Amino acid sequence: MNVLLGTALILVAAAGTVVVVLRDPLRQALAVSMFGILLGIVFFAVQAPDVALSEIVVGAVALPLMILLALAKIRGGVQ
Amino acid sequence: MTRRTRLRLFLVSAAVLAVVVLAGFGELPAFGHPGATFGAVLNALSVPQRHITDVVTAVNFTYRGVDTLAEEFIFFAAVTAVVLLLAPGDDEHADHASDAATGRWVPQTSDAVRVLALALVGPTILFGLYIVAHGHLTPGGGFQGGVVLATGVLLVYLAGEYTHLHGLYPDTVVEGIELGGASAFVVIGLIGLAVGGTFLATWGPLGQVGQLNSAGNVPLLNVSVGAEIGAGFVLLLSAFLRQTIVLRRHPPANASGSA
Repeated sequence: MNVLLGTALILVAAAGTVVVVLRDPLRQALAVSMFGILLGIVFFAVQAPDVALSEIVVGAVALPLMILLALAKIRGGVQ
Repeated sequence: MTRRTRLRLFLVSAAVLAVVVLAGFGELPAFGHPGATFGAVLNALSVPQRHITDVVTAVNFTYRGVDTLAEEFIFFAAVTAVVLLLAPGDDEHADHASDAATGRWVPQTSDAVRVLALALVGPTILFGLYIVAHGHLTPGGGFQGGVVLATGVLLVYLAGEYTHLHGLYPDTVVEGIELGGASAFVVIGLIGLAVGGTFLATWGPLGQVGQLNSAGNVPLLNVSVGAEIGAGFVLLLSAFLRQTIVLRRHPPANASGSA
């Protein structure tokens, strides 16, 4: 297998571990966004650009955004 | 159950699971294996039969179009549920939309972020439209393009204030676009039933392979999905932002929030 795919797979494993190891939801939201981009690169490397696009728009943008907004609501609501 | 017993139980189950999983992996085709014949058949058929150069779109909108219809309505139901859940509750009231609400300190958006977001609004929306329009030619389509279009709206919020975003579009219009997109998919499918004999049968001029106006009804399906997904994400965004920025639990905050 080519170098790009191998590197991307290792980075995905590392990013996934980082998401789990970080215990602060705010940091996790940013890490999961990075994880989404890396997963998109893996899909691209195995010649699935359609899935890569979906993964990037949902995993790297939409999901972290929803988490961030939910966190903002929860933290802002504490009185 | 003591800690030791639990650990033993876990080790035994983990060992059994490992054996089953590894045995299963052994039967899998090798990594990068060309795969099933179904893929080869679709690769050979999608251009001559449908005039679609992106085989994934050919599968999503023609060969397995009914699956996409179901997915679209799953998304529709999810958006409806989130908007209902985030609707203002009895114990909440709308506070100042500005971030100057009582007892809250919110950092100012930096000029750099505002300028960058403003500069990206136009290109992002254009890119989203491009992805939707070229779904049958290149990777992408209604879903991906729709989400990109929604992020264009998010950039408006980043570049300005919540009030700017709220003044940009009334929620009812966005709801109409979402409903219109979802219904259009069904209507296009029913036209296929009337013309071609099966639901979502391809109709309309197939055109020349590789041209923007080709592949019959597939670009229309992409536009309808793009409208539904884009509007749906904008509604999600509005509902979350309203909850975060405008709505406060009453009585109004008397202590400083731990933001």
